[in-house]
Amino acid sequence: MQTVSRDLLVNKAASLLNDGTVQTVLGWRKGLFDYDITPAQFKTEDDIRKNFEWNDNCGANLSKYLVKLTRKLEGRILVFLKPCDTYSFNQLLTEHRFDREKVYAVGVHCDGMKDADGNELERCYNCKSKKHVVYDELIGEEGEVLESKRFEDVEWLESLTPDERFAFWKEQFSKCIRCNACRDVCPACTCEICVFNNPNSGIENKAPVTSFEEQNFHIIRAFHVAGRCTDCGECSRVCPQHIPLHLLNRKHIKDINEFYGEYQAGAEVGQRAPLINYTPDDIEPYEIFDGGEKNV
Amino acid sequence: MQRIGVFVCWCGSNIAGTVDVQAVSDALKNEPGVVFSTNYQYMCSQAGQNMIKDAIAEYKLTGIVICSCSPRMHEATFRKTAESAGINPYMVEIANIREQCSWVHKDKETGTEKAIILGRTAIAKVNLNAPLTAGETPVTKRALVIGGGIAGIQTALDIADAGFQVDIVEKKPTIGGKMTQLDKTFPTLDCAACILTPKMVDVAQNENIRIFSYSEVKEVKGFVGNFDVKITKHARYVKEDVCTGCGLCTEKCPMKKVPNEHNLGMDTRSAIYIPFAQAVPKVATIDPDYCNMLKNGKCGLCSKICAAGAIDYTQKDEEIEEKYGAIVVATGYNPISLDKFDEFAYNQSKDVVTSLELERLMNAAGPTGGTLLRPSDGKHPHTIVMVQCVGSRCSAGARKGKEYCSKICCMYTAKHAMLIRDKYPDTEVYVFYIDVRTPGKNFDEFYRRAVEEYGVHYIKGMVGKVSPEGDILKVQGSDLITNEQIHIDADMVVLAAAIEPDKSARPLATMLTASMDTNDFFTEAHPKLRPVESPTAGVYLSGACQGPKDIPETVAQAGAAASKVIGLLCKDSLKNNPCIAHSDEMMCNGCSCCEKVCAYGAITYVDKEFRMPDRTTQIRRVSQVNPAVCQGCGACTVACPSGAMNLYGFANEQIIAEVDAICR
Amino acid sequence: MQVEGYRPLIVAFCCNWCSYAGADLAGNNRLSYPADVKIIRVPCSCRVNPMFILRAFQRGADGVILCGCHPGDCHYTTGNFYTRRRMALLFSMLDYLGIERERTRVEWVSAAEGAKFAATMNDFARKVAELGENKRLEDLRCKQ
Repeated sequence: MQTVSRDLLVNKAASLLNDGTVQTVLGWRKGLFDYDITPAQFKTEDDIRKNFEWNDNCGANLSKYLVKLTRKLEGRILVFLKPCDTYSFNQLLTEHRFDREKVYAVGVHCDGMKDADGNELERCYNCKSKKHVVYDELIGEEGEVLESKRFEDVEWLESLTPDERFAFWKEQFSKCIRCNACRDVCPACTCEICVFNNPNSGIENKAPVTSFEEQNFHIIRAFHVAGRCTDCGECSRVCPQHIPLHLLNRKHIKDINEFYGEYQAGAEVGQRAPLINYTPDDIEPYEIFDGGEKNV
Repeated sequence: MQRIGVFVCWCGSNIAGTVDVQAVSDALKNEPGVVFSTNYQYMCSQAGQNMIKDAIAEYKLTGIVICSCSPRMHEATFRKTAESAGINPYMVEIANIREQCSWVHKDKETGTEKAIILGRTAIAKVNLNAPLTAGETPVTKRALVIGGGIAGIQTALDIADAGFQVDIVEKKPTIGGKMTQLDKTFPTLDCAACILTPKMVDVAQNENIRIFSYSEVKEVKGFVGNFDVKITKHARYVKEDVCTGCGLCTEKCPMKKVPNEHNLGMDTRSAIYIPFAQAVPKVATIDPDYCNMLKNGKCGLCSKICAAGAIDYTQKDEEIEEKYGAIVVATGYNPISLDKFDEFAYNQSKDVVTSLELERLMNAAGPTGGTLLRPSDGKHPHTIVMVQCVGSRCSAGARKGKEYCSKICCMYTAKHAMLIRDKYPDTEVYVFYIDVRTPGKNFDEFYRRAVEEYGVHYIKGMVGKVSPEGDILKVQGSDLITNEQIHIDADMVVLAAAIEPDKSARPLATMLTASMDTNDFFTEAHPKLRPVESPTAGVYLSGACQGPKDIPETVAQAGAAASKVIGLLCKDSLKNNPCIAHSDEMMCNGCSCCEKVCAYGAITYVDKEFRMPDRTTQIRRVSQVNPAVCQGCGACTVACPSGAMNLYGFANEQIIAEVDAICR
Repeated sequence: MQVEGYRPLIVAFCCNWCSYAGADLAGNNRLSYPADVKIIRVPCSCRVNPMFILRAFQRGADGVILCGCHPGDCHYTTGNFYTRRRMALLFSMLDYLGIERERTRVEWVSAAEGAKFAATMNDFARKVAELGENKRLEDLRCKQ
């Protein structure tokens, strides 16, 4: 149950729409099923009062949609952001993906979201922050950055033998149907033309199982968002095959924290991401593994 | 589809000894795109090159693969050959089957097999090669020198001497820099003013040099050959072109209590002032912080007595815009603040001075007229303690001072000690040092003279504390050689403060997109081979802005920077390296990742309007690579999350094709 | 799982200014290393996209080694600093996915280090040969 009531959000959206602060409201609407709450835009108070949803199934991170909507729509857009969504919002701002002026951000206190079966989402169970790192206005109580146990599963995998790890991932990746849902929902995947859709990239092609990107899709995508992934957990939430994709991204995040110091993408606007940064005495690739002895 | 010619070189027996060249040229004949394949004894010989030219004509070749020695040897040769036969030089690829094959493998079968793989890899690449043309950018034949100290002066004079226009921007009212404050210079002990002021006059009189004194660089745009620079010329409230520099105003000005920065605040000057007698330009400047007329409209005396009518209280800062082909940074250094070094009582006693202050105390134009007197009571000092490495060579954990050696202190301390002993034989001088570092022509001899001829007491060790007691300074230190505690009652203590880059350097580096090290010294393009160039093309480094330097080194570097500038300015246009990055605007996200990894500042962003398939227009932020500045390293191509950045000559597709060819 | 007569396939990316020159020097000094190593010339180690490495593995390479100037000596001043971070993350990820860590390596080889180049390649080729054929990246996704 969310402590912040739907009415608060609906009234806020209606009043900002009516007083002309915003021209569009970006929120959630019911989909095919009760648990299937999808991102949606609203233009009228009437529509909002009837169809706006705010409940435990509003897991969808709305920040990504701002990239396209701010370009397409006239006027300002009201967006509701849960704490974890605000990190994505900031990361997108850092990468100049939308114009801050065109957005009115309302932070919403979140008590954790649920999946279709009514179970708490993994990312909420391991919530990293209840704090909104950006907002124009806040509804509900502001929280704190939390001591999260989100790296425990990564540590568990690291403790296995390479053979066991390989077996684990082979099992997981073999489930992949290449529906691209993880890419489509990922706020760090906002490329104008995705390499996986670009025939000129040399790695396109979706169908053939033997094609290069097919086998390496998840590794490439993880590296693509390395240093930019805020760990919003959307990839795992939407995966119809329940592949724990967040374990890939979190591995990069954990490594970055250990190799180069704590870094949370999206914590501030304008941060220099770890992969486009360096110090002269960074850890050497041969030092990253246990023992760390030089090869020659 | 390309029409590729393959030429396998025997290199005498160098290649043919371990590689079956016939088998290689036969095997490569069947690769995609290959229409001709042959082998010859020496491809790089005239006959070999003619063979290539003939084949280009006969088989209408569009691409060439040479299986030979390293491209580092003959890539340029074969590119020229191709060009002279009418095909683009960048349609040539070399398969290195000598250094990386025949010379390292002994078995002919293995060598042949590998040579074929290397050959087909080069063929795979050429299939994707595209003709590249080096762009050209015109060069503005004027240089900007930022900083008017000895470094800037020497650079400007050398550039002007070669016939090019130079502007010097100096933030102080006069050029001359730190050297104007020095008394004598090591190791020859000639007077600084005697060698510097003639150069300052040369600058003033040189037709090719303009001096923007009391001015600062406000904005730098553009790139090598084409910099657009905005310079702010601060209001000095005196018309520069009218003032004769007679100095009457400075005598009559009633506000005389202004700390005199030229003498490091050890005496005072008037509110309207000429920094020193030999200032260039020799014009007065009104200090707005102290002038009563400017502050509250009361006074106006200088205006009344100025016969030339040069005073203008209404003057405003002026902005100058100019184009330059090259920029030389010569922003120099300053001694560090000693606030964190309380143990030496610098802020507690006037008789604890820095070495630069000592220079003024010994200078005939200084506050004491050249007689060394204690600042506190004007008495003659009998015992002087000098402390070296104050703030230099500090450990990183100390959180104060600098880790580096300031380099000049050992020599000037020896100079000071020697001069004092020479002029005042009754004064004892003690020098505490960690190491004495005197490499340089006649430097060690100089230091030894201080010890051996002038009887300066050198003590290896550091001073722990200086405590003012009455009119003496209790100095407590340790002698590391005898392992004893030493207590000296000194009349004066001189601190050899570390030097650091001028504070203006950091914002300037940002404007120039020139890189700096953690100490704010400018980074050179290569520490050994390109020591006077910044990694940013067209930006050069002169003097202590690049690292601590003495005068001879500074002048040498200034001349070297000037010669680099001259080398650039004497070209009418610059030919760019065509193997550079380029961005696919349709794919670019505008995220700035590429811009951040570019060491050369070659990438900028523009808002561009795009026609979308649905007939709407969109304005998106996209990156653009400046072909004149990009050096072609490819860092941006990998940093780019969207894959929009690619590199001509080493394109993603080409490298992937090479990988595929090897792994076939 | 050593097979009789098995030779590994090794792709080496070498930066033009240091490591490629180091490889040339190894050749000049006739310092031999296995022919299994095939070199691709890149302007700077920072030109090597992790995708190229994955591509090599997917196409059947058994080991990929990346050579560049020593950190601090980069011809382009900072290129290899970025390489170092990228490869540390990539190699760590590959290890995490169960790909043997001995199949990937970054080595800094200067233009003067012909001997180091040859020694590195000998060592790397030997370790990769001990592992045998790379199957894991080639068909990471396929059901058995």
